[in-house]
Amino acid sequence: MKTGRFGDFGGQYIPETLMNEIHALETAYARYKDDPDFTAELGALLRDYAGRPSLLYYAEKMTKALGGARVYLKREDLNHTGSHKINNVLGQVLLAQRMGKTRVIAETGAGQHGVATATAAALLGMECEIFMGKEDTERQALNVYRMELLGSKVNPVTSGTMTLKDAVNETMREWVRRTRDTHYVLGSVMGPHPFPTIVRDFQSVISKEARAQILEREGKLPAAVVACVGGGSNAMGMFYHFIPDAGVRLIGCEAAGRGIDTPQHAASIAKGTLGVFHGMKSFFCQNDQGQIAPVYSISAGLDYPGIGPEHAHLYETGRAEYVPVTDDEAVDAFVFLARTEGIICAIESAHAVAHAIKLIPALSKDDSVILCLSGRGDKDVAAIARYQGVDIHE
Amino acid sequence: MSNIAKAFGNKKAFLGFVTGGDPNMEICEACVFAMIRGGATLIEIGIPFSDPIAEGPVIQAANLRALAQGTTTDKIFDLVKRLRAKTQIPIVFLTYLNPVFHYGYDAFFAKCAAVGVDGIIIPDMPFEEQGELRGITQANGVDLISLIAPTSEQRIAEIARQASGFIYLVSSMGVTGTRHAITTDLSKMVRACKAATDLPVAIGFGVHTPQQAQEIRKVADGIIVGSAIVKLVENHRENAPAFIENYVRELTADA
Repeated sequence: MKTGRFGDFGGQYIPETLMNEIHALETAYARYKDDPDFTAELGALLRDYAGRPSLLYYAEKMTKALGGARVYLKREDLNHTGSHKINNVLGQVLLAQRMGKTRVIAETGAGQHGVATATAAALLGMECEIFMGKEDTERQALNVYRMELLGSKVNPVTSGTMTLKDAVNETMREWVRRTRDTHYVLGSVMGPHPFPTIVRDFQSVISKEARAQILEREGKLPAAVVACVGGGSNAMGMFYHFIPDAGVRLIGCEAAGRGIDTPQHAASIAKGTLGVFHGMKSFFCQNDQGQIAPVYSISAGLDYPGIGPEHAHLYETGRAEYVPVTDDEAVDAFVFLARTEGIICAIESAHAVAHAIKLIPALSKDDSVILCLSGRGDKDVAAIARYQGVDIHE
Repeated sequence: MSNIAKAFGNKKAFLGFVTGGDPNMEICEACVFAMIRGGATLIEIGIPFSDPIAEGPVIQAANLRALAQGTTTDKIFDLVKRLRAKTQIPIVFLTYLNPVFHYGYDAFFAKCAAVGVDGIIIPDMPFEEQGELRGITQANGVDLISLIAPTSEQRIAEIARQASGFIYLVSSMGVTGTRHAITTDLSKMVRACKAATDLPVAIGFGVHTPQQAQEIRKVADGIIVGSAIVKLVENHRENAPAFIENYVRELTADA
C-alpha cells in the first residue's frame, strides 16, 4: 500500500501551493504522535478538559423496548462542547502549536467541529476563523453565535450549495492564501493524506475506551458497533480498535435524506461512485460528468457528498457495512431515544440510533451492540420542531 | 518538439484563458478567436468543474455559468474540433482531476489526441500524484503541465526536471484572481526552474495590467491571463469578443 493510501483510496490531490505544507504536517505528526510530552499534554487535556473517558452507558430501557441485544451508548455527547469533535481538535491544535502556527482555520457543517475548534483556540490562545455554509449558518444560528462568543470569526460561505462541501472548498482556498502561520484543522477523516490518518488516530480513543469498557461490562466483545457517517470521523473512531476483531460487525449509517431513490440524499456509499475530490480518491455523489452533486440531509453534519478514504476501503474489502437512513427514520429515532432514555442526541447520531432500532430486535439477547452517540442534540431542537411543524422561537 | 513550443517563439508568449462553455459555447468560441486576433500565442480552455478549489470568485462563477448551460466534457471536445478546423494555435485544457477521472483516463487523452489538444493543466494533481497519468498522457502526445508555486522551494528542481510543455509558475499565494501587487521574488523562482529544465516558464495568477505584463516578461517567457479575461466575458457576454481582443492587444503590445 502506498503512503497515505487505504487500498487505492486516499492520496494527496491538492494544489502545489499546499504540498510543502502538507509534507511539513506529515513530518510534524510523525515526530510528535508518540512523543511523551505531546501525548501527556493531550492526555491531560482529554481527561481534565474534555471529560474523558466518556461513559459507556447501558441503555436498559431501550434494550427492553427493542427486545434483542443489549444496547450500550458510547456517550461522546457528554464531552466538553457536546460531541466527539473535541478529541481531534485538541490533538490538531496542539500539533499546530508545535509547528509554530498561531492561527487555525476550519470548516463546519452543523457547527460541532467549528465550536470545538473555536473552543480549543480560545483555550490554547490561537487566532481562529471558521468557514460555514450560509445555509448552515441559518440552520444552526446558535452555534454561529457560540463560536463568536468564543472569540472566533465565522465566515458564511455563499459559493456553490452553501453547505459543508462549500465550507471545505472555502477553507482550502483560505489555506492556499495563507499557510505560513495557519493550520487547517480538518474536522473529519477526509481530505489529503495525512488528515484521514491524523483524525482517525485522534478519534480512535473512542473505540480504545469502548473496547475495554464493553469487555469489563460484558466479558466479551459486542456483536456490532454502529455509528453515523458523513465524512466519517466518529465512525472511524468507533470502528478503529474493533477492526482486528473479525466477529464484530462495523456498521456505518449514511444520510439517506428523503430517500436514496430521490436525488435528495447524502449517501456516498449507497449511491456514490469512485472519484477524486477534496484531496482524496474515494466515493462521491456526482453526476455522469464527474460534477459533484448537491446533496441533502436534515443533518447539516452528514450533508456531505463524499466519505473518508479509509471507510471506502473498509467498504470495498467488506470489513464494514454501510446502510442508508432517511430523515424520517432519524427524526423518529431522535424522539424514541429522548422518550425511552431521556437523552436528546444530535440528529447526526440519531441516524445510528435509527439503524439500531431495526438491527437489535433480530440479535440474540446474549449479545451486545454499541452505538456511538457522537453528539448532543440541543442544537437540533429547533430544527426538529420545524420538521414536525411546531413553530417555536429560539 | 510539442506544438506548445510554438507558443514560445521570438516574442514573449501570451497564454489566454476562457472557461469552456461560458457564457455559452458560441460566445466562448468567438472569445477564443478574439484572443488569437489580439495576439495570444496559446489558448487555455477550462473544462468546468462544480467545485474548483484553486479558483477565485470570477472563475468559480464562470464554471457555474458554463455548467448551467449544460456544458459537458464532450461538448468541450467538440469546441476544440471546431477551433482546430480554423487554427493550429497551441491549445491546452485546464481542469480538475475528477471530470478527467470520470471520463476515463485512456478515453480522455485518446480524445485529446484525436481533436488536437496539446496539453493539460490539473491544479489538484501535484507532482507526486502525476504517476497515474504520465504514461497515458505521453502515449497520446499530450503534455502534462506542472505548476510551481511560491511555496515549492526545494521541490522546484524535481518538478521542473519531469515537466513537459511549459512550466506554469504561480505568481503568489492564494487562488486565481487579479492582484494589485505581486511581491514574490519571481526572478529567483524562474532561475530555479531554468537550472533544472530547458522548458519555457510562463507566469500566471493575478496578472491583469499592461505594467504587470511588462514586468513579468522581463523575467519569464510568457504571461498567463485568466480571471481578467473571464471577467470581460461576465460583463459583456455576446459583446465580450471585441473587449477581449482589445484587452489582449493592449497586454501584448510590447511583447
